Amino acid sequence: MATTSVMGGSVRRREDPALIQGMGTYVDDLQPTGVLQVAFMRSPVARAKITSLDTSKAKEMPGVAAIYTHEDVAHLGPLLAQVQIGKLRPLLADGEVNHMGEAIAMVVAENRYQAQDAAEAIDVEFDVVKPIIDLKEAASDAAKVHDELDSNILHTWTYHGYWDALGLEDQTPQVDAAMERDDAVVVSLEMKNQRLIPVAIEPRSVMAEYNPGYGRFTVHSSTQVPHALGGAISKTFGMIASDVRVIAPEVGGGFGSKLNVYNDEILAAFAAKDLGRPVKWTETRREAASSTIHGRGWVGTATIVGTKDGEFLGYKLHALADMGAYSQNFTVAIPLLGLWIASGQYKMPVSWTVDCVVTNTMTTDAYRGAGRPEAIYYLERIIDAYAREIGMDPFEVRKKNFWQPDEFPALMGCGFALDSGDYASNVDKLMEKADYAGLLRMRDQARDEGRLVGVGVGSYVEVCGFGPAVLAEIGFSWSEYGLPASFNGSGLVRVNPDATVTVVIGTGPSGQGHETTWAQIVGDGLGIPVDKVRVLHGDTREHPMGIGTFGSRSVAVDGAATYEATLKVREKAAKIAAHLLEASATDIVFENGGAHVAGSPAPRVEWEAIAKAAYQAHTSPEDVESGLEAHTSFSPGNATWPFGSHIALVEVDPDTGNVELLRYVGVDDCGNEINPMIVNGQIHGGIAQGVGQAMFEDAVYDSDGNLLTGSLLDYPLPTAADLPSFELDRTVTPTDVNPMGVKGVGEAGTIGTAHTIVNAVVDALEPLGVKHVDMPLRPKRVWQAIQEARG
Amino acid sequence: MEVSMTVNGRAVSADVEPRTLLVHFLRENLRLTGTHVGCETGYCGACTVHVDGKAVKSCTMLAVQAEGADVKTIESLASNGNLHPVQEGFWERHGLQCGFCTPGMIMASVALLDENNNPSEDEIRHGIEGNLCRCTGYHNIVRAVEYAGAKMRGEEPPPPDWEGGE
Ligand code: FES
Ligand code: FES
Repeated sequence: MATTSVMGGSVRRREDPALIQGMGTYVDDLQPTGVLQVAFMRSPVARAKITSLDTSKAKEMPGVAAIYTHEDVAHLGPLLAQVQIGKLRPLLADGEVNHMGEAIAMVVAENRYQAQDAAEAIDVEFDVVKPIIDLKEAASDAAKVHDELDSNILHTWTYHGYWDALGLEDQTPQVDAAMERDDAVVVSLEMKNQRLIPVAIEPRSVMAEYNPGYGRFTVHSSTQVPHALGGAISKTFGMIASDVRVIAPEVGGGFGSKLNVYNDEILAAFAAKDLGRPVKWTETRREAASSTIHGRGWVGTATIVGTKDGEFLGYKLHALADMGAYSQNFTVAIPLLGLWIASGQYKMPVSWTVDCVVTNTMTTDAYRGAGRPEAIYYLERIIDAYAREIGMDPFEVRKKNFWQPDEFPALMGCGFALDSGDYASNVDKLMEKADYAGLLRMRDQARDEGRLVGVGVGSYVEVCGFGPAVLAEIGFSWSEYGLPASFNGSGLVRVNPDATVTVVIGTGPSGQGHETTWAQIVGDGLGIPVDKVRVLHGDTREHPMGIGTFGSRSVAVDGAATYEATLKVREKAAKIAAHLLEASATDIVFENGGAHVAGSPAPRVEWEAIAKAAYQAHTSPEDVESGLEAHTSFSPGNATWPFGSHIALVEVDPDTGNVELLRYVGVDDCGNEINPMIVNGQIHGGIAQGVGQAMFEDAVYDSDGNLLTGSLLDYPLPTAADLPSFELDRTVTPTDVNPMGVKGVGEAGTIGTAHTIVNAVVDALEPLGVKHVDMPLRPKRVWQAIQEARG
Repeated sequence: MEVSMTVNGRAVSADVEPRTLLVHFLRENLRLTGTHVGCETGYCGACTVHVDGKAVKSCTMLAVQAEGADVKTIESLASNGNLHPVQEGFWERHGLQCGFCTPGMIMASVALLDENNNPSEDEIRHGIEGNLCRCTGYHNIVRAVEYAGAKMRGEEPPPPDWEGGE
């Protein structure tokens, strides 16, 4: 097993030995003595007044320890949320329900079967009200979802007005004026970016313990944000943070669905304290579908205006974004992440308006990409339609309008500046790798034979690495959970007396390989092999401050902090080495597990001797304090802006509408890479989720608010047989936003893919005159589009 | 109800509720928590184990239905500290990220290679299509199975395909 430590090396993951032997610990694996199990009684209807709720019979059932309803937990307040626009979720339904799957009562029993039996025995009566499900109907305000709110539109984000403090110019008049030009080509499409269910394969799970003697909580949760959860619990229960320990052990995928603080986590803690026993809840797959956050859910009209020869003159989007019934963590702020990349990689004026609309459905929040796949989808689809309209190659159109390499940092109309980029070279590399010209020839030949083959292209830029401290002012912080108000990075690096290294970070990985990547960052910085570096994360007791893992932020922010801490430790170690070698600290270099004076490999002093000296006063230099560690915070001045371009080759079966994805080629640019193997893996998974949205997934409520896609049968994910092997390469344009030049890669694949696939299918159907088909491109929908086109 | 079977080579018996699923029996009674529950409805494959040599989704079976059977779980795959070639393949080719689907995916892949140790990419993809992975896009899982197949045939596995190579 290769374990060489070099930045940029595909070091095999340190996480894997336990996981491939079934020895990783996930929350549901924990089974402490006396643990009680939770089952929730959830609303079977979308909208109703609860006219009676009687738990007395259920309480008598075997094994039941307690059943809680709203009255029992009302004093804890609604579920804390970071962005407090809209109605916050009550911990348990407060006299009414507003979406199917809303928790009404919590049953705690000796085992899962007894808890489920008792949940089914609760008597509840509803006065059902007609729910509001359709986005346009909701936005019309013909009837309101929540009486206490003025409108179903919770908030409207505009390109220039999202943050008054910036004093941005409204570019709408510019875009409108462009449309009046004689040579203007205006292309407009109404498109859906459908609601999705994140579906981490590990269901969410929480296990809470309370020790009244110490007055302390220990809560294990499958969360991406252990510190935020710890903050929420201490705030809710009025405790000091040190008395609440949150541990995220192995987390089986998150993709944003575990980035919320959930009511079940707070309730499990409450019950553990109330009953004096450990309390565990693990969601069923059906609950994961109905009661863990959803993503996307936009409908909107994108309009582009350009000249006949491919120059963009302006872009407009008006969309409705579905927030669901209650606002949780970031809910209403999610479209902002799309707003900042509304203009993509292109230089043009933008008019962008997104209305955040409340409906009787599950809350939406951050699902992989979060606002960015939506924004890029609308932009890149309409660019594709425009290129078709003027009969120009879609890459040529893009290249004509890209920001040029010498224009970075490129200040956009939204007030942010793209950090670095060389978009045209990225496209060139992709065209070569995929043999774009050859693909087009092949497509044309297939067309001549009457086959429906399509080549789709797409580009993307994303905004990652949260984040810049200024963003705290518009909600991107954990201040509502009682934590410092910015998304700084932090990292603690400690060389132990035996010359091994402990690294403690505040991230919340769910498969991203942080234990390996951070071992590379630190091991490389100190000249210590990666197998002597242990990386600890996901435990609020080990690290005072952590933001968690989301928004492709971990390496760009916490990695940067850890890198700086490594440099500080190295500086101190150099002083000690210099003392031992009777040399000057500035001349010391570290190499192969030891230090020596630059230019003379002997004498040298091993890390073992340096570490030992650091911990005993009589062997370390007088002006150097004992110990060998550093803790650093890092506050980036800007977000990072990864980008890339993709090509898809598809064939559509005209008789069935079935789409086959034949090739998928991507050239992405995430700046410098620490572990290309892991970077590849992140892109693979991202592409698969993009394909999932484009071709398979759709979270559907009927007009009565019943979720029709509550199982994996009704909500199909891509399987191995649905996907090809992916062909990847990279360009490398480092950022200067952080000292490692890294940009982040967790969401790139997802943001780059859905439009690329749809562009390919529309290309395949072009001979029939089809201009657009809404996702997911399942056979029936594609077949219908073919039939309609054929009239 | 009393149930007895052989699990990972050892005879076990326990008194269980008749509705206890095999996966819960393995996880809760025997504390073999390497077998995971992703859906409890037979769609995800996270709970895949071998029952009498065949890959079975252990959430689709009651514990009492495994009476007298020979059950093998992920915990039994490595022997004397040596990883099974499929485990090695998953490690060497980055066939896992969060690791939650992995035990089931590995058990399904072992069953696949036991039947045919030289499958085509298409055969691999169809062979594991009952096991869902949300993290990897399956690309590196396919590479991992190819690696393991080569090892099982006594051949040199193909090199990794990520940029920068080894
Ligand atoms: S848990 Fe058995 S198939 Fe999903
Ligand atoms: S590795 Fe996470 S689900 Fe497969």
